[in-house]
Amino acid sequence: MRKQLRPPLSEKQVRQLKVGDIVSVTGKVVTARDKAYARAIELLCSGKKLPLDLRGGIVYHCGPLARKTRKGWRVLSAGPTTSARLDSMQAEFVERTGVRTIIGKGGIGEDVADELARLGCVYLAFTGGVGVLAARAIKGIQKVLWQDLGAAEALWVLRVQDFEPLVVAVDAQGNNLYARKIRLAKATGGASS
Amino acid sequence: MSSEAEFRSALVEMLRRAATTLPKDVVEALKRCKRREREQVAILQFECMLKNLELAKKLGAPICQDTGVPIFFMELGTGLKLDFDPIAALRRAVKEATLSIPLRANVVDPLSRVNTGTNVGEGLPAAHIELVRGKRLRIALLLKGAGAENWSRLYMLRPSDGEAIERAVLLTLGEAGGQPCPPTIVGVGVGGSAEVACLLAKKALLRPLDKPNKDRRLAGLEARLTRAANELGIGPMGLGGKTTVLGVHVEKAACHTASLPVAINLQCWAARRASAKLVGDRMRVEVP
Repeated sequence: MRKQLRPPLSEKQVRQLKVGDIVSVTGKVVTARDKAYARAIELLCSGKKLPLDLRGGIVYHCGPLARKTRKGWRVLSAGPTTSARLDSMQAEFVERTGVRTIIGKGGIGEDVADELARLGCVYLAFTGGVGVLAARAIKGIQKVLWQDLGAAEALWVLRVQDFEPLVVAVDAQGNNLYARKIRLAKATGGASS
Repeated sequence: MSSEAEFRSALVEMLRRAATTLPKDVVEALKRCKRREREQVAILQFECMLKNLELAKKLGAPICQDTGVPIFFMELGTGLKLDFDPIAALRRAVKEATLSIPLRANVVDPLSRVNTGTNVGEGLPAAHIELVRGKRLRIALLLKGAGAENWSRLYMLRPSDGEAIERAVLLTLGEAGGQPCPPTIVGVGVGGSAEVACLLAKKALLRPLDKPNKDRRLAGLEARLTRAANELGIGPMGLGGKTTVLGVHVEKAACHTASLPVAINLQCWAARRASAKLVGDRMRVEVP
């Protein structure tokens, strides 16, 4: 049985996760990418509130592909997007929102990983490109906020069940699965030069 | 060719097939690479990919939510009489497909970033047309997601530097890490001029994985680069493992004596491509 994460999560819960652990998420997950990050930071910096509370929450780097039906939205494909695009905003976003877990793909920069460790936030990797598998874990759409940003950039408040397998790729001790691999990659690339 | 409507419906079908299924050579390569992996996390990545492919096929749903931007390569016979504008038809087909499949609306103005909502915009979808003799009409399609496309690189290298091509490819892969959704297919365009090299790199992605370059020198380079890339240890999704690339495809063109252009175009593991050709007066669509 895989370790289950059910948000909201405490700092203590998050700090117990270790790089390489494989976990599953059940509960509320909110999607956000470039435009939503920028707007959230702008709002919080100017002392305003977000339309939802993200403390202890899980943010998913994803722009879903969904079809609007008479009964509402139906998500067809919802894999992760490249997290590194948000690197320059990541630490500030986590600090200001109180998010405890990020789900994405491709990894985050080493300095961002250090910042997240300090703040007590982990990064979980979901396999890129496996959109249908992710959509199957989505059991409901609570609401879609900031639709003026476009469907892919909006905040989708999703209810997921057994969203897995998620690999703890950056833990709150600062261990970073990607940094290890990329260092190795650079060394090998250099050796052949 | 009977009508614009028929041409268009073939294109829509081509887009649908490309978005929801992968070519056989890619699926086989994924299965083969999975068997080679030893670490649990790497094996798990392949399991997810293969399971997702089955689900997508069964449900007729797009494999990945990033349905990319469609890139068309068209071989147009000079003897062929078309009583419609193929580019206009292609744009209409992309609009239709965006609604009917559906595809995610990905196309925005580069400066205002306002989404057109239709996957059609100024100068996009790209259609690269090559005139050929006779009455042939062939279309090849790539659905190109941003994760991998963002790692495209153009190097103008020193012609005297013998190993510069290898270094450029490995450097690109090393920097990209897990971001382009590895294992990738690496398209490399060598020679030509700057824009020719870029086009060759992209065209190289159309070639199936089980077909090495017919030129023996280039086939050798492809094999060497594939081995070296897989020794990088980046692994599926950058989480570590033996498979960083599914293959490396190199295409070349002649170039200026003082130049060595090398372009690199990465294709994520979800290498969505399809083709269509005119058979008799009917378009036949296939995901090879």
